[in-house]
Amino acid sequence: MAMQESMERNVWGLVIVLAIALSVGGIVEIVPLFYLKSTMEHNSAPELVWQRQEGQTLNDHKPGDGMRPYKALELAGRDVYIREGCYLCHSQMVRPFRDEKERYGHYSLASESMYDHPFQWGSKRTGPDMARVGGKYSDDWHRKHLRAPRSVVPESVMPNYPWLKDNPVNASIGDHMKGMQMIGVPYTDADIAAAAKEVEGKTEEDAVVAFLQVLGTMTKLDENKVYRE
Amino acid sequence: MDATAEQKYDYGVVRWFTVMAAVYLMVGALVGVYIASELAWPFLNFDLEYITFGRLRPLHTNAVIFAYGGCALMATAFYTVQRTCATRLWSSKLAWFTFIGWNLIIVSAVISFPLGLTQGKEYAELEWPIDIAIAVVWLSYMFNFIMTIANRKTSHIYVSNWFFLGMMVMITYLHVVNSLAVPVGLFKSYSIFSGVQDAMIQWWWGHNAVGFYLTAGFLGIMYYFVPKQANRPVYSYRLSVIHFWALMFGYVWLGAHHLQYTALPDWTGSLGAAVSLAMIIPSWGGAVNGMMTLSGAWDKLRTDYVLRFLIMSLAFYAMSTFEGPVMSIKTVNALSHYTDWTVGHVHSGALGWVAMVGIGAIYHMMTKVFHVQLWSTKLINAHFWTATIGTVVYIVAMWVSGIMQGLMWRAYDEYGTLAYTFAESVEAMHPYYAMRAVGGMIFLLGTVLMVFNILMTVAKASSQGSVQAARTAPATA
Repeated sequence: MAMQESMERNVWGLVIVLAIALSVGGIVEIVPLFYLKSTMEHNSAPELVWQRQEGQTLNDHKPGDGMRPYKALELAGRDVYIREGCYLCHSQMVRPFRDEKERYGHYSLASESMYDHPFQWGSKRTGPDMARVGGKYSDDWHRKHLRAPRSVVPESVMPNYPWLKDNPVNASIGDHMKGMQMIGVPYTDADIAAAAKEVEGKTEEDAVVAFLQVLGTMTKLDENKVYRE
Repeated sequence: MDATAEQKYDYGVVRWFTVMAAVYLMVGALVGVYIASELAWPFLNFDLEYITFGRLRPLHTNAVIFAYGGCALMATAFYTVQRTCATRLWSSKLAWFTFIGWNLIIVSAVISFPLGLTQGKEYAELEWPIDIAIAVVWLSYMFNFIMTIANRKTSHIYVSNWFFLGMMVMITYLHVVNSLAVPVGLFKSYSIFSGVQDAMIQWWWGHNAVGFYLTAGFLGIMYYFVPKQANRPVYSYRLSVIHFWALMFGYVWLGAHHLQYTALPDWTGSLGAAVSLAMIIPSWGGAVNGMMTLSGAWDKLRTDYVLRFLIMSLAFYAMSTFEGPVMSIKTVNALSHYTDWTVGHVHSGALGWVAMVGIGAIYHMMTKVFHVQLWSTKLINAHFWTATIGTVVYIVAMWVSGIMQGLMWRAYDEYGTLAYTFAESVEAMHPYYAMRAVGGMIFLLGTVLMVFNILMTVAKASSQGSVQAARTAPATA
């Protein structure tokens, strides 16, 4: 109690002790995630990440080849997804339960969101999970659904997004990729240079559909392999 | 009329923060009711991009947390630090800078969220230029507060100030780290963290925005206003010391419980959950300390409507700090996560605890800083009942819908296949979404009564010239 007494008399002492006490929990829980090898599954299963060869473009990647950075159009779609606040009702994180496996597919791995700045795991499922929605529905279905969700799912409470089909994609998507490159996403300068051409003439709706269709398709997971203890 | 206090202390900025806190609570609740209604009746999105659920939801959360919560915390901190330290604010000019800066930030949020400018991290959606402004204004608030304490005329620092200080330090950490981003345009940036690390940092921020901003800060409010309004000393000094340090040290660990069963390593989630369970003790320490302050004076609840708000807030605080640890237990979390149960839990804390304790403090301060009685005590009573009933209707609706959602998602039929499609679970939510909107409307009605009462009180003070009179009256100390 002597220490308490002195802190109650010295505001700077109180602030310093608080600053120390308040930092412990965050340091213990956050810092190891950056260096513990077991955090990212691709440290033990390197096939989860696409090994790009010299000269290959993002278009050379085939579904299942492993995690890669988003293509220009997909990234533009992801920007729209974030802008519209989709993550507030749709998670992108399948949990390891029997029902989620049947509804959505294999549980999500940390490596699957390694290029996601920011993460889009979400916290609420007013609508279903999106982590493996890629390839589940046709492009056409997605367009109908984005323009008028209740035309294909009568019970839906999702807003209509009719403006997406009229808005051209942000042409400066290359700058966004450059920003991502700065923080460690392995875009090549060629990827960035080609970005404007990749999104030329495309609408935001095209971009969102491209983004949704790639979710969960980049890497192939082995049903019999234990990725996480 | 307390002429001595008016002349001794700096109440100008407190008056503005107090009134704006009430106004923002009403605005935040209004946006909340609207988006709740959009979920019940989706035609309310009207195909307008600026008012869809996804764009207005950040406006709702930021309005109640940062506009209402911020103004309430700034009003009460600037008021109580002067009273408990028996000295004026260190700098009146800096306090006005804090007021104007904070309100400009709120205006920028009102403009930027409907336009879809967002960093995409919950409760930290504001884009990077605004984030920098928040850091500057927040530090101006903290520095003024610390310097006022340093100038105090009392020997010891009162307990409410410990809690305010803890909040200020922690929010600085959280805001700075969680908002680290690389700008790719004037209004667009990407978090420098990705995936699992970003998730952990986000929920370290997310849960501690609740744990410090909305809990520690508001416990600071409780520790000043409950004893003042009840006119009794705090029940136990020893308890306040213990639960203060336990809360400060322990709350920081809880964020990981938002990520159980996700791709976050198991050790982190389990650690978060274990500490969460232990947090029942310090949380209840605060609730007990507040409630027991009334021992021997319970009869005051019959006549003192402001005290009713404060005590009801502690009851909700005790309830939601019990519910929270229960929801962090893995087996419960497996059911409750991603459902409306979480939304209900947040609102039992936000409406029942944060709003009610703040409302009690606002009513208390109104009479002290405007030097008049409130325009109507009947309206306070009406507000108390609408706030309480609205909150209960809201959280009951979310309990039912949340548990039902969780059960429907995992239900199997006799053939061993999933019993319900996702769409069927959405359809089943409709009555509860409507009920939640109604609960919100009842709560909103109460805030309208409050704002009306407060504006009438300000008008009364201004027509009587009570503030001016207090300023010029010969001091009677």
